[in-house]
Amino acid sequence: MLKGRAFKFGDDISTDHIVPGRLAHLRSNLPELAKHVLEDADPTFAARVKPKDFIVAGKNFGQGSSREHAPLVIKMAGVSAILARSVARIFFRNAINQGLPVLICDTSRIADGDELAVDLKEGLIIDKTSRQELSFNPIPGVMLKILDEGGLIPYIQKHGDLKFESGAEERQ
Amino acid sequence: MGKTLAEKILSEHSGTDASAGKLVVSQVNLVFLQDTTGPLTVRQFEAAGFKKLADPQKTVLFIDHAAPSPNSEMADDHQFLRQFAQKTGAIITEVGDGVCHQLVNETLARPGDVIVGADSHTVTAGGVGSFATGMGSTDIAVAMGLGKTWFRVPETIRVIANGQFSPGVYAKDLILHLIGKIGAEGASYRALEFGGETVAGMSIGGRLTVANMAVEAGAKVGLFPSDRTTEAFLKSRGRENDYRALSPDPDAAYQETITIDASRLEPTVSQPHTVDNTALAKELKGTQVRQVFIGTCTNGRLEDLAIAASLLRGRKRHPHTRLIITPASREIMLAAMEAGYIQIFLQAGGLILPPGCGPCLGLHQGALGRGEACLSTANRNFKGRMGNPEAFVYLASPATAAATAIRGEITDPREVM
Repeated sequence: MLKGRAFKFGDDISTDHIVPGRLAHLRSNLPELAKHVLEDADPTFAARVKPKDFIVAGKNFGQGSSREHAPLVIKMAGVSAILARSVARIFFRNAINQGLPVLICDTSRIADGDELAVDLKEGLIIDKTSRQELSFNPIPGVMLKILDEGGLIPYIQKHGDLKFESGAEERQ
Repeated sequence: MGKTLAEKILSEHSGTDASAGKLVVSQVNLVFLQDTTGPLTVRQFEAAGFKKLADPQKTVLFIDHAAPSPNSEMADDHQFLRQFAQKTGAIITEVGDGVCHQLVNETLARPGDVIVGADSHTVTAGGVGSFATGMGSTDIAVAMGLGKTWFRVPETIRVIANGQFSPGVYAKDLILHLIGKIGAEGASYRALEFGGETVAGMSIGGRLTVANMAVEAGAKVGLFPSDRTTEAFLKSRGRENDYRALSPDPDAAYQETITIDASRLEPTVSQPHTVDNTALAKELKGTQVRQVFIGTCTNGRLEDLAIAASLLRGRKRHPHTRLIITPASREIMLAAMEAGYIQIFLQAGGLILPPGCGPCLGLHQGALGRGEACLSTANRNFKGRMGNPEAFVYLASPATAAATAIRGEITDPREVM
């Protein structure tokens, strides 16, 4: 069970909001880059976020660039999962590859600062502040296999290959 | 049942009957990265335990985003990539060679290929019929090591454009119009497949512009059929052997079909801070613009520079508006010199940057000041995109960009043609 506080963001948070191009020179200095996480969406976020907190966002979170530094610095900030109404395709893969869960749910019911508990196995989000339960869309099977190993690098270290079977039905 | 272009290409590369919704492990024909995503990719490649590339001749490292390096950190990143190329035998480009997506299409992408790149605009190669998509560093590292990757076969939205563009309207206006219509998530996780008489008559340059921005509607790929225009393009590059005809089956299943009457389109502009926030250029008259940028993987090709030069010939930029031109590759820059376009831009008061990504992503060469607006021919206008979260970026065609440079405010190019 993951437990933490909700940091609420709006719709269409792009990877430029998370790690802007003007900081590209810090991409080989991740601890320094991580100090700027989500700076252009909320300049106070990096100072306020604590390990285990959640990002709770609107639609199309992570749109734009393929820069994997975006989910990477969010993970480095200690965020335990991203909850969003929807998430951009490349960001989704990148977050899972970094071992950072992304859960698609109706985030309009969660307020900034709410205390949340997330049960990944049961697909359940409990908002302890507003005393309500939310469900999230099941994580696609292939992504679950990667997430179970802690990301794609640990997956490859363990299996040495992509041990997925072509032809299986996969949800979006 | 018949297959879409995406289903055809993924069937061939996975050795399975790939239909929408299925998981496939697909062989890749080309894997690439660039200098802002590459160092992490290399570190992930090493962390995964790979000792060598699946195919060094199908692995390309592009130095284009910060080229030449604006600071010591990026210079170190460039060195790191050069050392990796030397160690593994990967192909590497140098500063001034040009933007990865332009070079991929000039030299490598083939109809029916599967191409993955550590850059979201990898989709550009859909213009020549490649199933090409952007991924993060870890996925690319694994594709470099294994020569394959996984996909969920996308559902396809077919976009049929019929009719001829009126004067002053281009492929860029078509794709901006489409994104404005379906939204930034309008094609999320799906393939966009283009067809119709407008597409049949569209140059490869125009197709690359449209495919390039498929990702701004969330699409996994933006695919064009491979036809006589594709064949002529490849032949002009001495690559006629790379040609194969490729089109969707007549009975392919589409999730949705969108029809656009291209003859009714007008010069279109994306307003800050999302690409789907579109308006007509004429509706934005009076919007002051301090910088105009013509270039990028979206619109830095010779035909784009030709359009801009035709409007700027014998004219001057507005005294309050800076004009920056960045050809997408060295070859384009040379051709633009031979055609006299570079002289026209300089005489108009413009400045020429070396081939590469230029100021597009805000890391060097033309960052914006507080409150300034830039009209750019690039593909993104997110907050902070051009180096300043307090600046404003508008996106439009090279014609609208040139007209705006002349007037100093957003201008419908038909007013100055």
